[in-house]
Amino acid sequence: MTDLAVSEARAAHPAASERRDIGIKRRYAAERRFKLYGIVAIAIGLIFLVALLWSVFSKGYTAFFQTEIRVPITFDQSIVDPKNSGGKDTKALSMANYPRLVQNGIVALLGIDPSDRTAVRAANALVSQSVRGQLRDIVLGDITTIGKTQEVWLYAASEVDSAEKGQYDLSVEESRRPLKDQQLQWLQQLRDDDRLQQRFNWGFFTFGGSSRAETAGVGVAIVGSIYMMVIVLVLSLPIGVAASIYLEEFAPKNRLTDFIEVNINNLAAVPSIVYGLLGLAVFVNGFGLPRSAAVVGGLVLTLMTLPTIIIATRAALKAVPPSIRAAALGLGASKTQMVFHHVLPLAMPGILTGTIIGLAHALGETAPLLLIGMVAFVADYPSSPMAPSTALPVQIYMWANEAERAFVERTSGAIIVLLAFLALMNITAIILRRRFERRW
Amino acid sequence: MSTSAIIAIVLLIAAVGFTLGYRKSQRLAAGSAQKAHSRAVYHGMFVVSWALIPSLILLAGWLIASPALIAADIHADMPEAIENGTNPRLAYQMVEGIGAGLRALPADEQDAAAAASAADLRAMFQRRGIMVASASEDYMVELAVKRNRLEDYSRIAMSAVVILLAVAGAAYGLSQIAVRLRARNQVERVVGGILVLASSIAILTTVGIIFSMLFETIDFFGRVSPTSFFFGTVWDPGFAAAGADPTVGQFGLIPLLAGTLYIAFVAMLVAVPIGLFAAIYMSEYASRGVRSTVKPLLELLAGIPTIVYGFFALVTVGPFLRDMSAQLNGLITGNYQNFIQAQSVITAGIVMGVMLIPFVSSLSDDIITAVPRSLRDGSFGLGATRSETVKRVILPAALPGIVSALLLTASRAIGETMIVVLAAGVAARLTLNPFEAMTTVTVKIVNQLTGDLEFNSPQTLVAFALGITLFAITLCLNIIALVIVRKYREAYE
Repeated sequence: MTDLAVSEARAAHPAASERRDIGIKRRYAAERRFKLYGIVAIAIGLIFLVALLWSVFSKGYTAFFQTEIRVPITFDQSIVDPKNSGGKDTKALSMANYPRLVQNGIVALLGIDPSDRTAVRAANALVSQSVRGQLRDIVLGDITTIGKTQEVWLYAASEVDSAEKGQYDLSVEESRRPLKDQQLQWLQQLRDDDRLQQRFNWGFFTFGGSSRAETAGVGVAIVGSIYMMVIVLVLSLPIGVAASIYLEEFAPKNRLTDFIEVNINNLAAVPSIVYGLLGLAVFVNGFGLPRSAAVVGGLVLTLMTLPTIIIATRAALKAVPPSIRAAALGLGASKTQMVFHHVLPLAMPGILTGTIIGLAHALGETAPLLLIGMVAFVADYPSSPMAPSTALPVQIYMWANEAERAFVERTSGAIIVLLAFLALMNITAIILRRRFERRW
Repeated sequence: MSTSAIIAIVLLIAAVGFTLGYRKSQRLAAGSAQKAHSRAVYHGMFVVSWALIPSLILLAGWLIASPALIAADIHADMPEAIENGTNPRLAYQMVEGIGAGLRALPADEQDAAAAASAADLRAMFQRRGIMVASASEDYMVELAVKRNRLEDYSRIAMSAVVILLAVAGAAYGLSQIAVRLRARNQVERVVGGILVLASSIAILTTVGIIFSMLFETIDFFGRVSPTSFFFGTVWDPGFAAAGADPTVGQFGLIPLLAGTLYIAFVAMLVAVPIGLFAAIYMSEYASRGVRSTVKPLLELLAGIPTIVYGFFALVTVGPFLRDMSAQLNGLITGNYQNFIQAQSVITAGIVMGVMLIPFVSSLSDDIITAVPRSLRDGSFGLGATRSETVKRVILPAALPGIVSALLLTASRAIGETMIVVLAAGVAARLTLNPFEAMTTVTVKIVNQLTGDLEFNSPQTLVAFALGITLFAITLCLNIIALVIVRKYREAYE
């Protein structure tokens, strides 16, 4: 700093600068420019980060709310239980014409002439086609509702939902928008009656894939992802730790261990899609494991995560000071006892941190899962890791390809869920590190 | 008995063996004047090793060998297939399918089904909703019954032998326990073996990657000549749907490779200056406080899954560039026609570049920080400004490390999949215009392998040829990076 101050002082002195021009001004301008480049570079990086998160959150937070319409439904016995079985014939009950009930309810609510078929159809289009399941569950849950009238919150159709969330430009002419003037008028009427509301969308967390946006959720995908994460954790942690212990503590310095090390470093840089090809060729075609099963995805992700875990574990083992080892050996422990009783417990926080970061990486991975067939349309919860399932990032990929406006919101919502899981895992890793990591 | 049940029983035997071994060791030690060589736990683990290792090795061997032996037996009984000119491998697959179908039938229909003709059986399967290949013939039913019978025998024999071996192993281990038995050393040898096994998985994975892709690639090159693959300029694989002529299709690698390299180049153009300047600023100029907030923030970019970047490119960056280009065009020429496509090289390149910023910056940051303090101090002492020090002293000293970091980044850009799948487009064409869509090797691997495709066609096999090309390119980049670091690294000691 002192020489800077001196040269500044000299630059301020006119006589001195006249006497000898050593380009200080030019050099300082270059210095300032160079510093500015750095600031601009960091600013650009941060702007992109903010733009990305903003784009996802501003599009996605509405996915957690769903427009619903409160309709008085009369569970007319002649429709629900035409054979008058008294609720014993559950098969007939589950096959009943529930959309008819909704149509009757909404027609009565809006005061439409039931013989005006276009109006009835337009009114019916306000409500999602998914009502069948919803009403069936009410009836099967409580048989005594048959014959009674009950207020039910029904999912609105995805067009109504999008319009309510302001995603459609409703000022364009009538023929070019999905909702017509008459329907908008009804919606206003419902809103005035306090029958149209945005409510928290629990279904988003419990439903599976669906071609209708209003009943599409991430529940099934989350279960698939959890299966895979469990498989990855159960396999990659012990194998990774064992491999690192061997390489770090036992391996003699020879060609073979050198080869293994080069291999591991290289595997960490192999494109993830190549692991997908490996999984397809070896696990699906070679071992005959079922396509699109969570077990295959878990195995592929295990192989992909192993190098990360091995590298992190070796760093953690290296950080344990030699004095601990020397003390253990000095007290008569065998080398294996030294490693397993003393070094490994001390390295555990570092190992767990590395494992969690590896798992977070695996959770967001998509490409290899596409190749082993997890893009299949899965609407039911997978009952076992061998059953067809999908994963959260794959669900995002599938929704990203849907054209409907409402799916952009669902996709962003699913991304928010994924990012929340990743944030949770990373925060756990940071806390673990802060709490248990020891510096020697 | 299912494999998992067998494993469970073997584990149970091992657990019992552990308790017995533990007790026996304690009893012997108490009754003896000598001190036991190993602690009771090691005696227990000694018995466990004897119970588990031979039986599980046998189980694995049996599971691998038995299907092959059964297949050989069935192949020997398959004269009609050869006469009819049916591919024996295909015929065996049908037999397998029928066998699996027979197992899925309810017990009371099994006998009738076993004696039925192929046509009758097909009807029975259809009634139960079981899918079978349509081209089954009568002799196949017979063979399927035989195959199922062999499988059943093999499984019963396997269960019995494996469990017996586990019991025998445990008994032998127990009988060996003595006060002076060096159980700890033996158990530690087993542990050492397990450790070696675990670390060899890294080699196995590499071997698996290379061989799995190599076999399919050789198969592919048997149908499409390597020259037309490596030097072809047209990518038009056609469809592998059943009934279509599978030989139609051109598999030219050049347009895909060009797209891959072009997009990676644009990405590097974005990532390298931003990442490098950010790293220089953070290591040379930033105060401790700025560094400790900005560095994790930039590294957040590395933690975001690539599918999220792909979606960002698809719904935000692509439309933004398209609309901006339309506005720009309108301002200059008055014609509001966009000249940037929403899916284009530049969209994918920019977003991929953003993804790569933290790789470049954190790798370079580590390398720049590793340049010793004495070099900086020497430069400052001679009157150089900070930027001159960075440009003339630090960067030259860190150059090998930075070059290898850039090569690793490039290898990541080339292998990146989800961003290009969503943002680059699927049209395989050769163009120099970055505003148009191009496609990449990874996009085509995904395209060829998703959806319902027949596995045994050049249309799917080409994905493996593309995969091995990709693997070779990234492997070369990684190895060059490694060599540069090892060869040119300055040792400051």
